[in-house]
Amino acid sequence: MIPNTFEYHRPKTIPDALAVLTQHGDEARVIAGGHSLIPVMKQRLTDIAHLVDLQDIADLRGISVGDTIRIGAMTTQHALITHAGLSAAVPLLAEAALQIADPQVRYLGTIGGNVANGDPGNDMPGLMMCLDAAFVLSGPTGTRTIAARDFYFGAYSTERAEDEILVAIEMPRPSGGYAYEKQKRKIGDYATAAAAVQMTAVAGRVATASVAMTNLSDVPVWSAAAGAALVGTDCGPVAVNAAVAAMLEDINPGADNRGPVEFKRHVAGVVLGRAIARAFSRL
Amino acid sequence: MSKMHLKLKVNGKSVETLCEPRELLIHVLRERLNLTGPHIGCETSHCGACTVDMNGMSVKSCTVFAAQVQGAEITTIEGLAGPDGMGVLQTSFREHHGLQCGYCTPGMITRAHRLLQENPNPTEEEVRFGMAGNLCRCTGYQNIVKAILHAASELNASKEAAQ
Repeated sequence: MIPNTFEYHRPKTIPDALAVLTQHGDEARVIAGGHSLIPVMKQRLTDIAHLVDLQDIADLRGISVGDTIRIGAMTTQHALITHAGLSAAVPLLAEAALQIADPQVRYLGTIGGNVANGDPGNDMPGLMMCLDAAFVLSGPTGTRTIAARDFYFGAYSTERAEDEILVAIEMPRPSGGYAYEKQKRKIGDYATAAAAVQMTAVAGRVATASVAMTNLSDVPVWSAAAGAALVGTDCGPVAVNAAVAAMLEDINPGADNRGPVEFKRHVAGVVLGRAIARAFSRL
Repeated sequence: MSKMHLKLKVNGKSVETLCEPRELLIHVLRERLNLTGPHIGCETSHCGACTVDMNGMSVKSCTVFAAQVQGAEITTIEGLAGPDGMGVLQTSFREHHGLQCGYCTPGMITRAHRLLQENPNPTEEEVRFGMAGNLCRCTGYQNIVKAILHAASELNASKEAAQ
């Protein structure tokens, strides 16, 4: 499987990369780790005349951990997992990243590619919604920041314009309990269903809870109602059932080779129940 | 399509070749550099038969463009042999019957090499998790895991003896 020919660009700065995108319009595509893009190029499902490799742009790398966490878009899953400060500040990230693909893919696959591609099967978009992250986009007219919860319109359709590059991800430093629970058929597969939960508690009762679901709609789903159903409770069976019922109102899975709709809804409930229990146990 | 002048360090030696940017690293290695140790299995970044070491990372060379690896340091199975023939991992795979048809073995050993560089003393569970990107349809994995754990203890023993 050999892709069609393309002209290869390797800019060293964000403005240089933006200039290539502006010059070539929708004939140009950026490539980060390439582990979503190269497979579709090999199958010739997409035709790209100008490939803009971001690997030399130092401003797209780096992780800073303070009250706000900032992660450069070209940060690999491997770097996320092995960054001690980040794993301590946002343990949910490493827990999820370790469930993405396999070791070889995690060395090259980036968080930026994972969130910007808009593939509903990717794990990081739901996670970013759960953590209330924001995406920093650079374009020809400047930089803007979009909340992850407002970023996804449909499969492969996002708020990012074709002449913009995702440069970084920012999020408030979370606290409390967390869990990412993913059901997949085998290592390397996308989720049949996955749930991200981050919560805080006061005196044994949930004070805040954020719930997001992966691969159960054509966009990642942040379920405000599911989180609200947990607030004030001790995450007992009644509260979990209420949260699952609220979540099931918000998802819209389709049948595919991972199972029929009824099965996916069932698995969604199971993974959310487990994620809530594990997050609560970590408070 | 114009060709690019690709410079790499492969198995410790500087090499140069002309290739198109769209060529995959596995094709550059096998067809331009005649290194046929890394295999083409699924060619869809699932099976791991094409695994090579690139700048200290295990990568699936079927999912990397030649253009992306300009200047990289690559190690293939050919670079993992010891001075007297087979390396410790290779010998351990033979002794523990960690292969049957052998097709996945170059990728397995190249990945296991990086795994032991990062974690010289892995548990069985860590070996299984760290090898999850390499598929074998013959062995059932048990003997591959045994071979890697044995190689780890051999490598650690020889490190201690050297100190």
